[in-house]
Amino acid sequence: MTQLQQFNYTIRLADDALILGQRLSEWCGHGPILEEDIALSNIALDYVGQATNLYKHASQLDTQKRDEDALALTRMEQEYNNILMLELPNGDYAATIMRQYFYSSFYLLFLDKLKTSNDSFLSGFAEKSIKELRYHVQHATDWVKRMGDGTEESHNRIQEAANQLWPYLGEMFGMDALESELASSGYAVDRSSLVEDWKKQCTALFDEATLAMPTEAWHHKGGREGRHTEHMGFLLAEMQFMQRAYPGAKW
Amino acid sequence: MSNSNWPLWEIFIRSKNGLAHKHAGSLHAADAKMAIENARDVYTRRMEGVSIWVVRSADIVASAPADKDFLFDPANDKVYRHPTFYDIPPEVGHM
Repeated sequence: MTQLQQFNYTIRLADDALILGQRLSEWCGHGPILEEDIALSNIALDYVGQATNLYKHASQLDTQKRDEDALALTRMEQEYNNILMLELPNGDYAATIMRQYFYSSFYLLFLDKLKTSNDSFLSGFAEKSIKELRYHVQHATDWVKRMGDGTEESHNRIQEAANQLWPYLGEMFGMDALESELASSGYAVDRSSLVEDWKKQCTALFDEATLAMPTEAWHHKGGREGRHTEHMGFLLAEMQFMQRAYPGAKW
Repeated sequence: MSNSNWPLWEIFIRSKNGLAHKHAGSLHAADAKMAIENARDVYTRRMEGVSIWVVRSADIVASAPADKDFLFDPANDKVYRHPTFYDIPPEVGHM
């Protein structure tokens, strides 16, 4: 296991957190109701906070010695390694909630395994983040139930969201050569081992929410290799604008 | 989301070192579980508390401000109800 491999793995986790945090923060001021506006802003801040921790750690592993702001805000699109689902536009509230459920329920299982990593930073990071994730999962689960077993309109919207997002879920569980090697040495998590538990939870929730499980077998990938959707460029243009317009700005 | 189905709830928060839940404000929620989650998001962002009580605003019965006089003034001049005439030994300290 090389320092570069550790750096690349940390960047993946950091990019996931940052890009999701960025998307969720777009709801600030636009939430369907005040309390949900605050809830999503809080959740967005949780992810940005996790990203900060991860980029700080990555900065120490970086041979180019970039600091956390440079890593987060000045890389080019192909250098980001987040999974594609997190960079998709938010859509309506049902789509955001469905993505929140899919991702946070997976991520909680992932962190539960990560806390047994033989790397002290990763295990400590996982312990701390689990508390945040438990709330995210509860929040998303409750809303999926309410929308699914709600009005005809809410049911249709959340079912449509589930159908649209389904082909993006495979990437959450993907293991390429880097992660397989790091997992076998006890540093990283074997994502594919989480599929069964995750599927069980998801099925139980869909039953309760009277939703149909999509069956599409084909899944998107490319995020881990820096091949992004057409949405990533616009997201980065907004996210990086201030840092590029006023490099090194402090406040 | 229509607010017509979302009743108003009063939120009471007890801080980490506190003994009593204090009124923190109000918010809308569809039911009690959602009210607790919303209260957690709205009123405990800055570590204001570790325990939340939610009560439907409609369930709260309050004394009428106009009745302030006859409900509370009589207690004002009954000094014998306060235990202020004892000599407290210095070892006991403040009570």
